[in-house]
Amino acid sequence: MIALIDYGAGNLTSVRKAFAAIGADVLVPSDPADLEQATAIVVPGVGNFEATRALQGAWTEAIVARLGEGRPILGICLGMQWLFEGSEEAPDLPGLGLLGGSCIRLPSAGVKIPHVGWNSLNLRLETSIVDGVPQDTQMYFTHSYAAPVTGDTVAVTVHGEPFAAVVQRGQVAGVQFHPEKSGEAGLRILRNFVQLAG
Amino acid sequence: MLSKRIIACLDVRDGHVVKGVNFEGLRTAGDPAALARRYNDEGIDELVILDVTATLEGRRAMAETIRAVARELFIPLTVGGGIRTEDDAATAFDAGADKVSLNTAALERPALITALARRYGSQAVIVAIDAKRPAHAMAGRDEERFLVYSRSGQAGTGRDATEWARDAEAHGAGEVLLTSIDRDGTKAGFDEVMTAAVSAAVSIPVIASGGAGGFDHFVDVFTAGRADAALAASIFHYAETSVRSLKQYLRQRGIPVRL
Repeated sequence: MIALIDYGAGNLTSVRKAFAAIGADVLVPSDPADLEQATAIVVPGVGNFEATRALQGAWTEAIVARLGEGRPILGICLGMQWLFEGSEEAPDLPGLGLLGGSCIRLPSAGVKIPHVGWNSLNLRLETSIVDGVPQDTQMYFTHSYAAPVTGDTVAVTVHGEPFAAVVQRGQVAGVQFHPEKSGEAGLRILRNFVQLAG
Repeated sequence: MLSKRIIACLDVRDGHVVKGVNFEGLRTAGDPAALARRYNDEGIDELVILDVTATLEGRRAMAETIRAVARELFIPLTVGGGIRTEDDAATAFDAGADKVSLNTAALERPALITALARRYGSQAVIVAIDAKRPAHAMAGRDEERFLVYSRSGQAGTGRDATEWARDAEAHGAGEVLLTSIDRDGTKAGFDEVMTAAVSAAVSIPVIASGGAGGFDHFVDVFTAGRADAALAASIFHYAETSVRSLKQYLRQRGIPVRL
């Protein structure tokens, strides 16, 4: 059972629907204690990093406990940014800190911000989350802040400047785009994540 | 590189697509879900469902239509037409819409843009602007004036399209859907002068609409018009052209698209 964390950042309908379409069992726990049954955790979210304040405390503790048991986690969009140390969008608010580095606002020189639409992945590492995803596959993005390119970056996308589009370190994965809105290629990413959950 | 988006629009009344349902081999002509699937297979980048229903019963059918389309579609889905309150928007989002498009309601109450952007994120809120050039434009004075109309193009607001687009962005809109009333339905090409003016006025993406008649119209609106996306209805509905062949044409001319 995959737990989809609802912390009030946007609408979960699409993510839920996409997992249902690939035959995965999804639950939206109303209480951090309910995470105990989770075989995998998905942190979705759109909007301001400030929204992740709702994840501090009990949710963070429950998520960290599951990760300690080897359960995988997938962060989508804002959920991926939260896996890092923080974001200049809400400088006083720490992220989960599973991945090194801090998220920054995309530079607007010569390009429109927010970055909205289909853009391509430049795959740098072959990891399980991008299994079967061809080089230059296009995914649907909508965001103004992004994670830095580090050793955990599986794929880079360029909008003005390069940023981390896919990250993975073991059981911790994140995607800046919306796999639930990126057609078949996006569903492939979700299937790969379900595989990770075993 | 960020692709230029091609967006298809379905006008839906009482659960049926009301114009342009001429896809060859499509047995369920008029069924929005079947058309959405077809567009998806052809490589459309996004879909807009425009509710042209006038009755309460039709409104209820709309949520069912959104649900049916969203069930199988994994690309962004926008719902517009008749969204006047937060509750209307919530119904659309709950049914599976990713974005809502506001028009008259946003003009009358810009706070609605802000309220929806706070709750769902700016990326989920499109402000649709219907505009046209002044009837008696004077050379040297009115070339860059584009007047905003509300109520499906029926009521003049006296507002300027570039100024309203900037205002909508400040209120939290994530994209602008700009329709040229002059060009709508003419197949004479997009109003790229108006599109370029609005695109330069805001930092959010601008979707051009109204006037698509041939492949070169899309080239023009993406280059001279500086549009980030282009929306069309009948050019695709009547199978005059497929989305895929349009995109191949654009790519040959150096315009980045998703193929």
